[in-house]
Amino acid sequence: MTGTEHYQKLQDIIKIYLPEDVSADNISEESHLINELNINSANLVDIVLDVEDAFDIRLENEDMDQMETVKDALQIIDKKLSEV
Amino acid sequence: MKYQEIIHKLPYTKPFLFVDELLHIDENGAEGSYTFDADSNFYKGHFKDNPVTPGVILTECCAQIGVVALGIYLLNNEEVAMGDNIQIGLSSSEMEFLAPVFPNEKVVVTSVKEYFRFHKLKCKVKMHNSEGELVCKGTISGMLKSNKNG
Repeated sequence: MTGTEHYQKLQDIIKIYLPEDVSADNISEESHLINELNINSANLVDIVLDVEDAFDIRLENEDMDQMETVKDALQIIDKKLSEV
Repeated sequence: MKYQEIIHKLPYTKPFLFVDELLHIDENGAEGSYTFDADSNFYKGHFKDNPVTPGVILTECCAQIGVVALGIYLLNNEEVAMGDNIQIGLSSSEMEFLAPVFPNEKVVVTSVKEYFRFHKLKCKVKMHNSEGELVCKGTISGMLKSNKNG
């Protein structure tokens, strides 16, 4: 799986949890999940759990704390995949 | 952790405590009961001259027993020193209501944990009346954190 595929896959997960007033077009690598995409903390947990399933990885509390932007999430996914 | 201790740690009091007794709690779920007090204020208006327990109150009862009491138990197992301050927020609920609950009826709530991760507890809940009839069922999630400094 390439970086672009990871991004595509992550975008598809994030889309599901966007609030109604935020369009999927707003998602970019720089987007801040909470401050810009308005994702609440409960939905952020759902995103993390979906990411775990989609990439077959396991995230810890520290990973969640570091996951502020879409780019952060991609970096964490890459790191976890390289550890496997 | 004793059941009485868990009830004591619940962040509710009358008129909004909907837990009388915890019957069972383990890692995977909780079971508890509550008898709806016929003097509760909401019966005066729901409905006019025809008191029936509102669905939101049934949901609340399911959440207090099935999610919050279970959450306190799980937090207590997980954290070295649990503070007295527990921060709780309902994050979502999806319920189906199948039978009415009248004043003075006793109900039993059971919950099954789907997951408790990153402070979010998601459970399937069911409520039965004293006839053993299913009253409502659904899925409730909440965010739970214990405030160690609190």
